Amino acid sequence: MWTDRQAFRNGNIDGIPIALGYFAVAFALGIAAKNAGFTALQAAVVSLTNLASAGQYAGFTQVAAKAGYVEMAFTILVTNARYMLMSSALSQKFDEKTPFFHRFIVGYSVTDEIFGICSGVPGKLNPMYAYGAMLLTVPGWTLGTYFGVIMGNALPVRVVSALSVALYGMFIAIIIPPARKSKVIMGLVSFSMVLSALFTYAPVLREIPSGMRVIILTVVIAAVASLLFPVKDDPYGGLKDDTGHKDGAVTDKAEDIA
Amino acid sequence: MSGERNIYIYMLIMASVTYLIRVIPLTLIRREIRNTFIRSFLYYVPYVTLAVMTFPAITQATGSPLSGSMAFIAAILLAWFGAGLFPVSVISCLVVFIIELFM
Repeated sequence: MWTDRQAFRNGNIDGIPIALGYFAVAFALGIAAKNAGFTALQAAVVSLTNLASAGQYAGFTQVAAKAGYVEMAFTILVTNARYMLMSSALSQKFDEKTPFFHRFIVGYSVTDEIFGICSGVPGKLNPMYAYGAMLLTVPGWTLGTYFGVIMGNALPVRVVSALSVALYGMFIAIIIPPARKSKVIMGLVSFSMVLSALFTYAPVLREIPSGMRVIILTVVIAAVASLLFPVKDDPYGGLKDDTGHKDGAVTDKAEDIA
Repeated sequence: MSGERNIYIYMLIMASVTYLIRVIPLTLIRREIRNTFIRSFLYYVPYVTLAVMTFPAITQATGSPLSGSMAFIAAILLAWFGAGLFPVSVISCLVVFIIELFM
């Protein structure tokens, strides 16, 4: 068992590579924010209060499209929905004795990466570990966005053009490794891209605003996939099935996925 | 969908929805989500939404569709053969930069 000080330091160390990656990706995100009409300070506040790459990017797209507020809320809900699953997994990782207020702070930092390292900690999670991880990653993300807005302006057109694929590169790096392991995800990713292209270029369908397109396609494709290929095993680790019983056919299908 | 929108209201919505999504399961629910459909849905959503947001947008993001498409292919190959988030991201940018140098 780590002391609080050890936990904080370990979190801090594990956060270093994440913070570097965050800075670079947030820089590209800053350029997107600037294009949507955000000032550097506003964009930095969004990064500080959201700490979410895909969600923020989708949000900036909605701002650029002057979307309605409900549409914005729904976009954020959909693009960040996976954090709900991660948080519920992480809630199992808290010791009963850990004071309750820590959940409100640790919850803020649930991202793919920080959740990843927190759920990898042996035994229960000492909140100090998460705070140590936040010490560099949160400023890295926030400052990266700030400088992206400011310097995105000063950079040559060629460089901005090159940087505009940074986020997409990161999205691809997130979805491809699981797609390589699972035929279901591979099919899902390919199918999503084909439909997305169809909705972008086909007559009539292309009239749907881009933010709405992302929401519709995500909800429909993910819902159909959940019906056809239900997942029973815990996809992110950390959850335990302590009921010990199966209800037959529905649950058995899921073995193909993991 | 008309009229002026306030950027601070957008910011408030983004921050509060994101925070609630993360904190509600940690505080109110405090137990795992058991429903297979909901779990599967939450599991599949990121892959679908990232795929939809990435393609064909990446081919339209750069100075020319060719450089964007090559970055797309390069990123897939790199990620396929095990490169991490950061290298994939940086090399896709370099691919665009180099191709556009020759255009």
